[in-house]
Amino acid sequence: MGENTVKVKIKKKSQAGDIWRRFLKNKTAVFGLIVFSLIMLVVLLADVIVSYDSALTQNIMDRLQAPGAAHWFGTDNFGRDIFARIVHGSRNSLLVGIGAVAIGITVGGLLGSVAGFYGGKIDSVIGRIMDTIMSIPLMLLVLSLVTALGNSLINVLLAMMIANIPQYVRIVRAAILSVVGQDYIEAARACGTSNLKIIVKHVIPNAIGPIIVQATMAVGTMILNAAGISFLGMGIQPPTPEWGAMLNEGKQFMTMYPYIVVFPGIAIGLTALALNLMGDGLRDALDPKLKD
Amino acid sequence: MAELIKTVDLKKYFKLSKTEYLHAVDGVNLSIEKGRTLGVVGESGCGKSTLGRTMIGLNNATSGEIWFEGEDLLKLSPSRRKAYRSKMQIIFQDPYSSLDPRMSVFQLIAEPLISNKVHKAKGELVDHVSYLMEKVGLDQRFINAYPHEMDGGRRQRVGIARALALNPEFIVCDEPVSALDVSIQAQIINLLMDMQEEMGLTYMFITHDLSVVRHMSDEIMVMYLGQCVEKAPAAELFRNPLHPYTKALLAAIPQPVIGEKMNKEIIRGEVSDPINPAPGCRFASRCKHCCPQCTQADVPLKKVENAHEVACVLYK
Repeated sequence: MGENTVKVKIKKKSQAGDIWRRFLKNKTAVFGLIVFSLIMLVVLLADVIVSYDSALTQNIMDRLQAPGAAHWFGTDNFGRDIFARIVHGSRNSLLVGIGAVAIGITVGGLLGSVAGFYGGKIDSVIGRIMDTIMSIPLMLLVLSLVTALGNSLINVLLAMMIANIPQYVRIVRAAILSVVGQDYIEAARACGTSNLKIIVKHVIPNAIGPIIVQATMAVGTMILNAAGISFLGMGIQPPTPEWGAMLNEGKQFMTMYPYIVVFPGIAIGLTALALNLMGDGLRDALDPKLKD
Repeated sequence: MAELIKTVDLKKYFKLSKTEYLHAVDGVNLSIEKGRTLGVVGESGCGKSTLGRTMIGLNNATSGEIWFEGEDLLKLSPSRRKAYRSKMQIIFQDPYSSLDPRMSVFQLIAEPLISNKVHKAKGELVDHVSYLMEKVGLDQRFINAYPHEMDGGRRQRVGIARALALNPEFIVCDEPVSALDVSIQAQIINLLMDMQEEMGLTYMFITHDLSVVRHMSDEIMVMYLGQCVEKAPAAELFRNPLHPYTKALLAAIPQPVIGEKMNKEIIRGEVSDPINPAPGCRFASRCKHCCPQCTQADVPLKKVENAHEVACVLYK
């Protein structure tokens, strides 16, 4: 290179911008993002779309009507408008589904990374406590916790979160263990990087893939679990609209009036699908090796 | 010239169970003068890498002393020791696993600078990184590249730039070329030698490739199962190897002579167990000169000639 060569312009591209660009290249992930955004829009604008009253008003004359102009998704056995119930039920369902997973992953992720990074006795103690929680069936654990703590939506959320923590501890711990043994962690240590920085800059970015996938898959499961719990008479109480609960209530009419369960089912499925597509896309976008 | 780093009876044992210890490094004494290179050779698993990592503080030594610029590092408080850490760096063996795959070249080279808070302004940091890239012969266009987008030689240049970032005085080169193609090995070795000349660096060059070590080193130390069995200036060691193990090692270098008959001393048997080894020479079980003296007590290093030391009962 001669001395007159123009110095190459060094622009440090932002990491977030890179990830966003890679995410946009993934068509299915963008589809997932759009669907999920629409669902979130429904959550935010539920009252604008249809009044909360119409989700609760019983109208025996109109019971079990097929979808039509008056009731887009039909009516249930009490004559309540299913469309209105799905729109308003989105709030409760997403709160339970995403809430339980989000809190579970935060707490479980923290415990899991401590266990994986430090190992030894801390690892054993956390591991044994998690094994104990895992040995109790999920429903039984949630039911006894809710009975003990009192019946409310927050307590159901709390109970589901506790029941959820062990699996995140395990996934995060395994993901961290696979990273901690790598040479680049030692290389970071050799150049004087602190433990906290190593966790934040090296361990988490390299371990996050399987955690994102697991989290997005768990949201649908959580919504159904919440439905099971409300079916057993805890948590969300009728007549509060909630997708899982609607599935349960409509079960007995399913053979004759399938639309009672089809629409809440679609709502749950669509949410889970959108989150899964988004999660997969995010995982790929976070990995620079999968560029293009 | 003054010595820069010295170890006295340095030991690193890994605890396997209550009674079992793996003697990875077992009483190594060495000293390296400023600006010189000590080559450390030995077969896989003989403790070469552990020795290097222990010296720069990546492993905690079990016992012994590490003297660096007149201070025993193992006796310093953790905070004072940290100050010395930036003066001692390591270049790793495998440039494929020693660079974080999610970081760009800029982030990788900037990491030591950021962790040690060398620069306050971001512009300075960018300038420093591009200066280092130029120094190790990496084109500026790679600044936003990720490790997987580069070949092994360029990755290793990133590794070298990271090691040079903090202006160290002592660098442990842990088999820096063994994962590279032969054509690229020469480039990297020349780069390392140029850097040494330019910056007055002191190297400890760990390798099992004898032709590389001869080219690089001023002095060579031969290790076998955690112990130093022979130490001599490079030319002297190749001219006049004394220890039976060193002889066998040198005999194993392929000689490209057509029609030459294979007439080599082949070492028989397996490396003995490094877990709680028996006293005496560790090579005894494979040595054809083995005599009762060998297994009675540890055989210390003895000076045979000028600067030529060997741990063997054959030489008095």
